[in-house]
Amino acid sequence: MSSPAVTTTYREAVRAAIREAMQRDERVFLMGEDVGRYGGCYAVSKGLLDEFGPERIRDTPLSEAGFVGAGIGAAMGGMRPIVEVMTVNFSMLCLDQILNSAATIRHMSGGQFSIPVVIRMATGAGRQLAAQHSHSLENIYAHIPGIRVVAPATLADARGMLWTALEDPDPVMIFENVMLYNMSGELAADAGAVDIDRAAIRRPGRDVSLITYGGSLAKTLAAAEQLAGDGIEAEVIDLRTLRPLDDATIMESVGRTRRAVIVDEGWRTGSLAAEIGSRIVEQCFWSLDAPVGRVCSAEVPIPYPKHLEDAALPQVPSIVAAARAALGR
Amino acid sequence: MTAQQGAKPRLDRAHVRHLLAQMVRIRRFEEKCAELYTQEKIRGFLHLYVGEEANAVGVMQALQPDDAIVATYREHGHALARGIGMGPVMAEMYGKQEGCSRGRGGSMHIFDAATRFYGGNAIVGGGLPLAVGLALADRMRGLPRVSACFFGEGAVAEGEFHESMNLAALWRLPVLFVCENNLYAMGTALELSESETDIHLKAQAYRMASEVVDGMDVVAVEAAARRAVAAIRAGNGPFFLECRTYRFRAHSMFDAQLYRSKDEIEAWKHRCPIERFTNWALGANELHPQDVATIESDVAAEVAAAVDFAEAGTWEPVEDLCRDVYTPRAAS
Ligand SMILES: Cc1ncc(C[n+]2csc(CCOP(=O)(O)OP(=O)(O)O)c2C)c(N)n1
Repeated sequence: MSSPAVTTTYREAVRAAIREAMQRDERVFLMGEDVGRYGGCYAVSKGLLDEFGPERIRDTPLSEAGFVGAGIGAAMGGMRPIVEVMTVNFSMLCLDQILNSAATIRHMSGGQFSIPVVIRMATGAGRQLAAQHSHSLENIYAHIPGIRVVAPATLADARGMLWTALEDPDPVMIFENVMLYNMSGELAADAGAVDIDRAAIRRPGRDVSLITYGGSLAKTLAAAEQLAGDGIEAEVIDLRTLRPLDDATIMESVGRTRRAVIVDEGWRTGSLAAEIGSRIVEQCFWSLDAPVGRVCSAEVPIPYPKHLEDAALPQVPSIVAAARAALGR
Repeated sequence: MTAQQGAKPRLDRAHVRHLLAQMVRIRRFEEKCAELYTQEKIRGFLHLYVGEEANAVGVMQALQPDDAIVATYREHGHALARGIGMGPVMAEMYGKQEGCSRGRGGSMHIFDAATRFYGGNAIVGGGLPLAVGLALADRMRGLPRVSACFFGEGAVAEGEFHESMNLAALWRLPVLFVCENNLYAMGTALELSESETDIHLKAQAYRMASEVVDGMDVVAVEAAARRAVAAIRAGNGPFFLECRTYRFRAHSMFDAQLYRSKDEIEAWKHRCPIERFTNWALGANELHPQDVATIESDVAAEVAAAVDFAEAGTWEPVEDLCRDVYTPRAAS
């Protein structure tokens, strides 16, 4: 019998995951800008400083390259760091450490050193934070062999992916879409670790596969609901893990529905959607009844005004339209 | 800006009124912004400069119209003190196309080519290399201009800070580095972020001249900035000015301020740069109570007009979403 459900938020689920990891493994510590006294820029780590103290809830200076690199080093040195970067735009300052060190050292050393670091950060637009705080750059990381990239879109994944990521011997990056932190819902009281290997079918359907992740999942489910009103049964796939991609789940679905639309908050050019589209064409070409569709962000730095920000991002109407186009109606 | 040259501020009545008026403009503008934020006219992040006005106002007095400025996301004060119209700044906060950045940037990204105001940079430390580059261009083009770069003490921990300091000093570029040390980077107190908390000492490691100044004293800031700019214009290379200051309000509108005490904030409020300067000037008979009243009413009218301008502004059409990603090319 499953345990009773509790009402919680995505933010609280991430916090509970951090707390549990800290309790279970004394090698785990959280480090990042304003994670302690301030309580986390998105209040994820609020209260944890009081519980675990400043050694393990470690406020860092504004030094992304330094403390992310230090997290990588500490992981090699026997710790299990959770490094928080405030938001993905700022992670460009530590891209070097992630790309040139975390992702390569195992290989360059001929397999001698593993890097069991977890790097978490917020991503995505929707809060009118303009062009230096709003992008969805996770695909830049999904491009890099040597790291695993996950994007929890549900409470269960927010709660459960962290522990699995910490157990992974290699670097794992967790992308938390900013629009999800306040999402509330029911979660089993004993919810715990989940796999970080497989995509999940969040809504079954037979007419078209809508493939998405992270902040776009809710919009895609809303689009599927709307399509259902018109007699179109869309299947919604939540990728969950952006690297490595779970081809099997994607191809099995597209093989059945014969149509695919990918919804991705990244810019269209060079997007994760482009990668998935290519794989579908490579692996499912003879099953397809329509060109693969894509709904991505417009090719513009995210603008500040609400109407332009909304227009730049995938939205329910654009997803519905793309699904209809795939079905020719 | 009053036309004053040279290394020393001349505190005649006109200049005293000017300094006070500039600080009051910033203060009242931002108080209005806070109000407009609660009405959701202004959205996104809003970082107020309340308490720190003496720094932008003091430093701007030392700059000429063709000098360049690079600022951070906490830049409303710098923009106004530099002479960008309050209307276009307010319209920018609204996201209207009449805004100084066409509404695309909002509060954190104020730009203005006419006053050589190169932004509103919201990547901490991100503006410093740009200031170095602006100064490099001036050097290479033989232009006797200064590039002033404002940043908080939090930025000092970033690699970009150190790289920029070294480049500017190594190449003896005309950069004025202005560190507005308000003791907190979001919720992180200075002593938790720096092994050496005496920030200006860092300049020594780069053999760069530096000075510390009371950032709650507009006259002291102006005097220090004039000395610094004079040294830069004399060809002595970059200069580092540390202004010791304090932000009276939250980091942004989302900050519960768990990291500092009310007593500390109150103590600093007693050093309010506007009150201090007003009291001094009244006492020294450099200002009449009537002057203060006139400034307040003029500023109130200016703020009201700026709000009207922003309210009357228009939304850019959605069809233009992707404009200004690249420079328009002449059709071939
Ligand atoms: C590279 C980078 N990291 C983190 C942030 C988030 N952030 C914005 S302002 C700020 C504090 C900066 O403090 P300081 O430089 O002292 O300037 P102040 O806000 O006090 O004016 C932080 C951490 C950012 N904008 N850019």
